[in-house]
Amino acid sequence: MAGFGIFDIAGSAMAAQSVRLNTVASNMANADAVTGDPATTYRALHPVFHASRPDASGNAGVSIAGVVESTAEPQRRYQPGHPAADADGYVYAPNVDVVEQMVDMISASRSYQNSVEVLSTTKDLMLRTLELGK
Amino acid sequence: MTQPIGAASDAIYGIHADALRVNRDRLSVLAANLANADTPNYKARDIDFRQVLAGVSNGSLTMARSTGSHLSGTGAAAAGVVYRQPLQPSADGNTVDASQEQARFAEAATRYRASLDFANGRIQSLMLAITGGR
Repeated sequence: MAGFGIFDIAGSAMAAQSVRLNTVASNMANADAVTGDPATTYRALHPVFHASRPDASGNAGVSIAGVVESTAEPQRRYQPGHPAADADGYVYAPNVDVVEQMVDMISASRSYQNSVEVLSTTKDLMLRTLELGK
Repeated sequence: MTQPIGAASDAIYGIHADALRVNRDRLSVLAANLANADTPNYKARDIDFRQVLAGVSNGSLTMARSTGSHLSGTGAAAAGVVYRQPLQPSADGNTVDASQEQARFAEAATRYRASLDFANGRIQSLMLAITGGR
């Protein structure tokens, strides 16, 4: 029955948005993790959303095509007193833009809420349908 | 004279059985739009309710067959699905406007509920006629 497809679609959207929230959490947590070597510095993670294969009626859910690392260079800070500083006195901070991450988090949580709303409305309608004639 | 079961139930529920079906399909399409609100290059779709309901009711949505050897279509739910004209398309090629989709989803859910109430009313009238109000 086509009606149950909505649960798959909303479920896939919630799963995708929670992956997005996870990457945001990881990026924020590591925003201040400085190192002395730019090669090992944490790089911001970004999920890539992709419409999954459409079902029989052409409706597609969401799948995660992958999680990519940001290609932006780490920020170089001159802090010679820092224990992790390299020979020239520099430390390297992750390329995480905290404001961008906050916006991403709000967007993800709004989209997640939308899916929850879709789920509960659909569930309510289907339960009413089951009680047809009672 | 035998009457197919579908025709008998149509006589009871009238247009509401078809309206329920079309609204259910539309809810699926709108749920897919909401799910893909953040998917790059996803194009929002919708069902032209009036056109599809008219097609379902008079059977014109099934494929035309010019010879008997053609396979008969099932009146695919994908018929009548159109792409939405974006009001403000985003840079990533996505044409979903979440607030608009939410409004349409609420509308379709209300219509579904209305059809359900009408169908329930028919059943109750019939029950009244059968039991004589006892």
